[in-house]
Amino acid sequence: MTVSSAGGSEPSAAGPPPVPVETVAGAVESVFREEHGRLLAALVRRFGDLDLAEEVTSAALEAALVHWPVQGVPRSPGAWLMATARRKAVDRLRRDQAYAAKLALVRVDMVTEVPEAAEFPDDRLQLFFTCAHPALPEEARGALMLRCLAGLSTAEVARAYLVPAAAMAQRIVRAKRKIREARIPFRVPGADELPGRLPGVLQVLYSVFTEGYVASSGPLLQRVDLAGEAIRLVRILRRLLPAEREVTGLLALMLLVHARRAARTGPGGAVVLLEDQDRALWDGPMIAEGLALVRVALTGGPAGPYAVQAAIAALHDEAASVSTTDWPQVVALYDVLLALDPSPVVALNRAVAVAMRDGPAAGLAAVDAVGGAGRLRDYAPFHLARADLLQRLGRLVEAVEAYRRALDLAGTDPERDHLRRRLEGVGAQVGRLS
Amino acid sequence: MKYMLLINAGAITGEGSAADCDVQDWVNFDKAVQDAGIFVSGESLADLVTATSVRVAADGSRTVVDGPFAETREVLGGFYVIDVPDLDVALDWAARCPGARGSGSVVVRPVADFGA
Repeated sequence: MTVSSAGGSEPSAAGPPPVPVETVAGAVESVFREEHGRLLAALVRRFGDLDLAEEVTSAALEAALVHWPVQGVPRSPGAWLMATARRKAVDRLRRDQAYAAKLALVRVDMVTEVPEAAEFPDDRLQLFFTCAHPALPEEARGALMLRCLAGLSTAEVARAYLVPAAAMAQRIVRAKRKIREARIPFRVPGADELPGRLPGVLQVLYSVFTEGYVASSGPLLQRVDLAGEAIRLVRILRRLLPAEREVTGLLALMLLVHARRAARTGPGGAVVLLEDQDRALWDGPMIAEGLALVRVALTGGPAGPYAVQAAIAALHDEAASVSTTDWPQVVALYDVLLALDPSPVVALNRAVAVAMRDGPAAGLAAVDAVGGAGRLRDYAPFHLARADLLQRLGRLVEAVEAYRRALDLAGTDPERDHLRRRLEGVGAQVGRLS
Repeated sequence: MKYMLLINAGAITGEGSAADCDVQDWVNFDKAVQDAGIFVSGESLADLVTATSVRVAADGSRTVVDGPFAETREVLGGFYVIDVPDLDVALDWAARCPGARGSGSVVVRPVADFGA
């Protein structure tokens, strides 16, 4: 008996049956998602114009949908799409010489030779830097990356960000217009500029990830897709910049956090805190991959902020429970992180770790020190941390006050539901005592 | 591609001229722009107290008023137009401009191209 492969529709040995159309459509879709960014980046490099590159990338896909069901999927689908897209671009520029002139292509003939089925170089790195360019509005950078490099449609990007499709389309169109009209270049920054520019790229990717991890607003706490897309993009970036340890650190951080996704929400999307999570639901292989990457990111020089955050996530992932977590080490890593990134949010996380190490009284003192002078007044996690510690210290009236403040500031329905349950719990405690 | 660098002075003295301004820095910057062959035009503007605003209403009547005075913290103190390949190069020149330091800032605007 032979062990059959995973698919149920393997072609028989008698001869290849006609490929069903839906299989071809599926092949086109998966090839397209994989090749979209590479194709687009190569075309942008060739023609220096994002709109033209997008137009002919889409046209090439449509051509594939027409031809592949009839002629079969080509041996090298990416090269086929590339050759088709280039031909369409040349046709377009021949028809519209004014447009060609605008792109400063002196002779369209320059771009006519199309090496069929040749491997084209990977030009995606420059597209990463263009999409994350600091001259673009912050809310457009992640959307642009998802659109151009992850191959998501504008409608998909809009859904991911819970923004109406028309609003997202406008955001992307405006950003592309700025790229074109202000002439934001498609180029990889030189070695001297890279330390200044790479953190911006990583920040965009991390914001896409966190947007998927805790939605900033709306009914759903997690949107796994967006986090998954961010991981996919960082993997691509890591292949392009293998020596940059912060890229590795960011990938490790994402994997080590994403590994807990199945345990983070309960029935109906309810929030499950780290201390209550069923750790059996954590993704073991993903944690293993993240741990291996953390080691790489921490080796060979001073660690960057993403590597340190990944190391903290690793300590959580390696522990069997919250009580057996190595809190002294967590606090020590937060000290390192605070030196690299002296922000009140990092200081708050450190204070929460202090509470775990030294008890709620010391923790509350640390939290209040961070929140001094009203610095975190409008930051829900600050009030939640206070509420939790006050409750543990039996200062219930103050705890109720802090939970209410956190509830006012919480962004998603599951977070609000969770806070309401906590509030009811404290309320019941207060009732019993009075 | 032409870009205009709009040089805004942050802190203004009582006479309406830019504070924290070192003449030698400006001389050096100007020379660098000239030497790089990117200079198209550039001027330093006289003090804000000398400014006058003109508006023409729908009926053609003209209103002339003294000012504007610094309602915002930043006041346009001068400009350069440079011709460079792309925004990154323009931003590099803006960053070298003495007007970008301290309380000042430089706004980089591409010059509209209506096709020659």
